[in-house]
Amino acid sequence: MTGTQARFINIGERTNVTGSAKFRKLITAGDYDAALTVARQQVENGAQVIDVNMDEGMLDSEAAMVTFLNLIAAEPDIARVPIMIDSSKWSVIEAGLKCVAGKAIVNSISLKEGEEPFLEQARRVKRYGAAVVVMAFNEEGQAETAKQKFDICKRSYDLLVEKAGFPVEDIIFDPNIFAVATGIEEHNDYAVAFIEATRRIKAELPHAKVSGGVSNISFSFRGNDPVREAMHSVFLYHAIKAGMDMGIVNAGQLAVYEDIDAELRARVEDVILNTRDDATERLLETAEKYRGEKGTERKEDLSWRERPVDERLTHALVHGIADFIIEDTEEARASLGRPLYVIEGPLMDGMNVVGDLFGEGKMFLPQVVKSARVMKQAVAYLTPFMEDEDEDGRESAGKIVMATVKGDVHDIGKNIVGVVLQCNGFEVIDLGVMVPAQKILETAVAEKANLIGLSGLITPSLEEMVHVASEMERQDFSLPLLIGGATTSKVHTAVKINPNYTKGQVVYVVDASRAVGVASTLISNDNARAFVTDVRSEYEDMAARHKNAGARKERETLEGARANRLRLNWEGYTPPKPAFLGTKVFESYDLAELVPYIDWTPFFQTWELAGRYPAILNDEKVGEAARKLFDDAQGMLSRIVEEKLLSPRAVIGFYPANAVGEANPDDWEVYTDETRGEVRAVMHSLRQQMKREAPRPNLALADYIAPKETELKDYIGLFAVTAGEDEAAVAAFKEKHDDYSAILFKALADRLAEAFAERMHERVRKEFWAYAPDEALTNNELIAEAYRGIRPAPGYPACPDHTEKGILWDLLGAEEKAGVALTESFAMTPGSSVSGIYFSHPEAAYFGTGKIGRDQVEDYAARKGWSVDEAERWLAPILNYERGRAGKSAA
Amino acid sequence: MIVDPQTRAKRLETLHAEALKRIVIMDGAGGTMVQAFNLSEADFRGDRLKDHNRDLKGNNDILALTKPEVIRAIHDGFLEAGADIIETNTFNGTSISQADYATGHLVPELNRASAEIARAAADEWTQKTPDKPRYVAGSLGPTNRTASLSPDVNNPGFRNITFDALKDSYAEQARGLIEGGCDLLCVETIFDTLNAKAALFGIAELGDELGFDIPVMVSGTITDLSGRNLSGQTMEAFWYSVRHAQPFAAGVNCSFGARDLRTALSDIARLADTLIIAFPNAGLPNEMGEYDETPEETARFVAEWAQDGLVNILGGCCGTTPAHIKAIAEAVEGIAPRKIPDADRRLHLAGLELFTAVA
Repeated sequence: MTGTQARFINIGERTNVTGSAKFRKLITAGDYDAALTVARQQVENGAQVIDVNMDEGMLDSEAAMVTFLNLIAAEPDIARVPIMIDSSKWSVIEAGLKCVAGKAIVNSISLKEGEEPFLEQARRVKRYGAAVVVMAFNEEGQAETAKQKFDICKRSYDLLVEKAGFPVEDIIFDPNIFAVATGIEEHNDYAVAFIEATRRIKAELPHAKVSGGVSNISFSFRGNDPVREAMHSVFLYHAIKAGMDMGIVNAGQLAVYEDIDAELRARVEDVILNTRDDATERLLETAEKYRGEKGTERKEDLSWRERPVDERLTHALVHGIADFIIEDTEEARASLGRPLYVIEGPLMDGMNVVGDLFGEGKMFLPQVVKSARVMKQAVAYLTPFMEDEDEDGRESAGKIVMATVKGDVHDIGKNIVGVVLQCNGFEVIDLGVMVPAQKILETAVAEKANLIGLSGLITPSLEEMVHVASEMERQDFSLPLLIGGATTSKVHTAVKINPNYTKGQVVYVVDASRAVGVASTLISNDNARAFVTDVRSEYEDMAARHKNAGARKERETLEGARANRLRLNWEGYTPPKPAFLGTKVFESYDLAELVPYIDWTPFFQTWELAGRYPAILNDEKVGEAARKLFDDAQGMLSRIVEEKLLSPRAVIGFYPANAVGEANPDDWEVYTDETRGEVRAVMHSLRQQMKREAPRPNLALADYIAPKETELKDYIGLFAVTAGEDEAAVAAFKEKHDDYSAILFKALADRLAEAFAERMHERVRKEFWAYAPDEALTNNELIAEAYRGIRPAPGYPACPDHTEKGILWDLLGAEEKAGVALTESFAMTPGSSVSGIYFSHPEAAYFGTGKIGRDQVEDYAARKGWSVDEAERWLAPILNYERGRAGKSAA
Repeated sequence: MIVDPQTRAKRLETLHAEALKRIVIMDGAGGTMVQAFNLSEADFRGDRLKDHNRDLKGNNDILALTKPEVIRAIHDGFLEAGADIIETNTFNGTSISQADYATGHLVPELNRASAEIARAAADEWTQKTPDKPRYVAGSLGPTNRTASLSPDVNNPGFRNITFDALKDSYAEQARGLIEGGCDLLCVETIFDTLNAKAALFGIAELGDELGFDIPVMVSGTITDLSGRNLSGQTMEAFWYSVRHAQPFAAGVNCSFGARDLRTALSDIARLADTLIIAFPNAGLPNEMGEYDETPEETARFVAEWAQDGLVNILGGCCGTTPAHIKAIAEAVEGIAPRKIPDADRRLHLAGLELFTAVA
């Protein structure tokens, strides 16, 4: 069965205005976009159901419920999970039920107002097709003792089954979680009462479920999160054992039961289980010690240093602590006798723990890479001893040759995958970047590799990967081929690469967390065959489906698309004139000035931590890992700035330009000077060919420049910026076996290059083209592109042809002036570089070209002086047809 | 004439038992059959609506009032081909859909009339072949609105129809169908589960008022090859979103034709503790909008479903003719229908995807 199955069900509590001050503020302010982000994060972080509550006095709760649920319905990544419609008002619940296509949970109904309203509401819930939470509440009030709780639940159950015909499996009881340790003696037994009631409900009311709002239990310790977390964990530990099925929780605030400090756990346990009269006082006493401690601020605990050496090594690996690794490794070597025993013994044991925790989702990528750093340092320490002993070769799990393909220079993702594979015992031969196919294949043969892994970021790399696969086929390889990197996809792998490599199997690996599983399976004797068969048939299905789907995607003819182009009203418009024509060069740009322009969200994505900055830092699931990573990044960033580890450079240029106009509305001319007599270069854009009707135009970038026939003096801007050369610094980190810092450094260089592009664009708008001298935007507004004008980059959706960079480079002299070169695939090197074209028109907006028809490819080839075949090769990712097959030109 | 509750209950019991003994046959498409008559605007208007202020050509449902003999002829064709169940020609019979033709005020009447035509045809054939009683299912289509999607991409929270408006509109149509003599109803071609839930809610309320439970079949449709409906739900999630209505049968129809409907069908057949119904198109339309899958081809695909124990009731949707239905009936004769699995008593919830509590 597909879909999700779960034992204990985590219900996300943060889209609740009564429980989350942040969410309440967003809803009362009407900021539903940000509110949706809260919902999305919960789902990303593993909430299996999301609780939505809009019970706030100042709100029109019904309207807010309807608006929010309707918006969720439009977000498949949120709407994927069921909704819990949470309100104390029936009218709000009913309004919510009318918005939900799936099967929701109503939270809640009860006997509070008597049997008739209870049954009436239950019948309506059933008719809307939802499950229901029933509170242990009757005409007299909320049940407090275990017996009261059970009795009310039993009465409710019987009524629901006998009088409302409610399906038993859709009944969920909430036997009321109340605060304990309040100082009021009667409250001491509340947790026990819940747990006991749960046990009886599960035993005596068949199929019924038990749920509850967990954070209530610790209300009296507000402000002391460590104690609250411990209370939640201990409570759940016992309640789940008694049969509790689900809970409304903040998973990020759950400590692992076993990890709770023993003294604290014992005292919390006394309180939860009400085992002694002075339990509350004793917990209060202990609690003081934890007050104010929070996540990273906890003081360093060195107690693990007392443990035996193999446990210390495991601890160091799991927690990524390198401070003692050399002395511990030496101690292990001295006691075990041979260095190989240390590696194969305690070090590999420790790495296995890391691998398991990562596999279970209990460790995150940055932590694993840190573990690898510790491991490498230990191995580096041992290596000279092994050479003395002439020992080589420990058992490796398998050998993989990895490379970023020819023409591409991007390797952060590949390096991360390499590190993760090494952590899991693989031997990784990393050939680096811009590696030709033959070198990859020769190395694989010479090294007797078990696998080959290819990575790439820019779209022409997709073609190069197809080439490598074809070469493997031609040269009778049968090794599995792994594909990864930002522009790669399962569909591309299935449709374009898989058919070219039949002698072995190609497998798409979506991220580093999957790499180990795939690689291990592929080289396992037992599972490889079945896995390969599955993958192959999946890819063949996918390719077949893709073919069917593609055939139906109708395209406008190029002629039709041009006829429906964006015709800006040039009448009365005066294009702004730049402050200078020609180029301007920036050397050793001030790094400190760029730091505030960093967009951090993609930085976390690089490390496979999902979520938006800054919310990610307080995220339930990855918050802690994100905070640590962010701290490390800040440290590295200060080093980069202070030690000038990077030297950013840029060149920008402005040129008189006009669109060619009616004759060829998709190109524009760049002139040598203001007389506009001599054409220095023609730049080309691609036009959208989706079926569109006015007023929605079929866009091409040329639409944003005044055509010749308007006789307006328009201009174009070009830029290339780079964070600078990073090889020296990266090499220095690798020298110290510190892949973590190397990857961190590269990821920050990428961010700084993007920040530089953002900052330069701002200066262009305010100073150099100066059409928006008074612009005052925050970094968030910059990230949200709230400014006038755009800066699309060749190779990205608005102008998918990477080769246009060649024209940029000629005009700007970017290689000499900014030190950025182009590879044969038009990747920029150094990799941390950004280039693009500035458009100033107020209506210029980003768009995606989408897939284009054969007629445009032929026309474009003619304009670029290419053969059609060449054009198809460069434009492969955006063709709306199968290459090499006859097709209708516009279909 | 409304079927009295005891007769209805007995008929449905017989039909249910029959569908567990052999594969029961439903009819084919009404709409594409109407096209074959090449009716003119004048035919659609008839005498009754000759001065109507809006063009009526294409409003197939109105023919029950203006050209009833055409509808009757179509029913007779399918009954002769071997259909046990015929569907009323009321796919667009809600006030929401009829608004396009400014004929919303005729909704109660046209549904009643349509049901009466089908009832008369079915009863006549039951008399001819008493060992093969014939049944009438009232068809309720999806309408042209979606309760869980915004028609405006720039305003995803917007809706151009509410749950309550859909519920009332469906209830009005259902009342006409039941009053005209339908044995059961069929909420079909569901692309937005929320629309279907509104229909089921309205039908249940009508049942309260009439004093008996109205039996209803539900049939979803998928809109892309990933096997999801237009609102993005998987078929598994779809089943658990409509199961509360305790459908007489549940299944899939329309969509890409039998070849590509199999996964969706088996997804729901694996889970549903009720009869399974399937009525696919005769393939995909060609460039001219015509369906050219032959009766033999369609029959071959659905016979595979029958062989694999996926169905209890089989019929046809767009493009299927009496010849298709005859071929299907012949192809599945003697093949045992699907057995209904025991109810799964775990807690199931659904967003766009199914969620199952293990405990």
